[in-house]
Amino acid sequence: MIAVPTLTACPVCDGDVTISEDTVANELLDCGECASELEVLSLEPPKLAEAPEAAEDWGE
Amino acid sequence: MSKPALRVALLHSVVRREEKLLAAALEARAGVECVLLDDRELSFDPAQAAADYDAVLARSVSSSRNVAARRLFEAAGVRCFNPASVGAVCNDKLETSLALLRAGVAHPDLRIAFTEESALEAMEEMGYPVVLKPIVGSWGRLIARATDSDSARSLLEHKAALPGFQHHIFYIQRYVEKHGRDIRSFVAGDRCIAAIVRTSSDWRTNTARGAVAANYPVSPELEAVSVAAARAVGGGILAVDLFESEDGFLVNEVNDTMEFKNSIEPTGVDIPDAVARYVVDQLRAVRAA
Repeated sequence: MIAVPTLTACPVCDGDVTISEDTVANELLDCGECASELEVLSLEPPKLAEAPEAAEDWGE
Repeated sequence: MSKPALRVALLHSVVRREEKLLAAALEARAGVECVLLDDRELSFDPAQAAADYDAVLARSVSSSRNVAARRLFEAAGVRCFNPASVGAVCNDKLETSLALLRAGVAHPDLRIAFTEESALEAMEEMGYPVVLKPIVGSWGRLIARATDSDSARSLLEHKAALPGFQHHIFYIQRYVEKHGRDIRSFVAGDRCIAAIVRTSSDWRTNTARGAVAANYPVSPELEAVSVAAARAVGGGILAVDLFESEDGFLVNEVNDTMEFKNSIEPTGVDIPDAVARYVVDQLRAVRAA
């Protein structure tokens, strides 16, 4: 967990994405500007990547 | 002397809203530690017992990893929720259908065929419309409805051309007229904790496809059929998809790694808390025994 809300850049559109205090590693976030689904690769330093594409065996 | 904490590993790929809520619900229980475990970072030596956890709550979005990892954890003596055997049954629609049939749980009429010709013959015998489903898959992917012989032939031809042997086992279900809605119930052990009705303009009523969820009261009949369906596949934490019919509920599918983020608000039920309670109660019952 990180101490304070942090802004980091969306890897797709370079818009601001908020990493909040309760964000955890590997969490999925949506970019508020381009709506891309992102995965939090690390918290310190904050690092985002596009979320993995759904594979054939993904589901419930 | 206080008892040692229960260490529960929450197995995940990505962390969705569900996994976050489940981790928080586990951590909120006294004497429970929840560890997030990324399946992409694991490697196992099956010959080495590595039982660092009291239990694994399997939440990987990859259904194949979710079963394989549980098999390995169980081999190391770690209890898994649900057991790997439950995941294996739920991941395979044919296995699920056979389990429901054995348990006498009402299920839509079904045919299985292995060639385009025998599948078409089965569809003609059933009468249209029918639904073709991949035996492995979720979220309504590659499910198709054939309304007549022409569309059935086209669908079978396309399925036969798909790579992957699973697509060449033709799972054919009689189409149940559901008037744009179906029911999903949530089961933990021997209780149905909540249910929703999913409504959609698409004939597929998966919330992953935009269906809208609303509360559906849990009647004694719904609870009985939901728990029976859950037990049929081995029991545990399961979501049961049902159709309403003139003869009562028909169980369509049973889901081993249920998604529930859109069901908490309409039902008013804290589903992750109920799941965490079930897991912890099960573990403490074993410790107390």
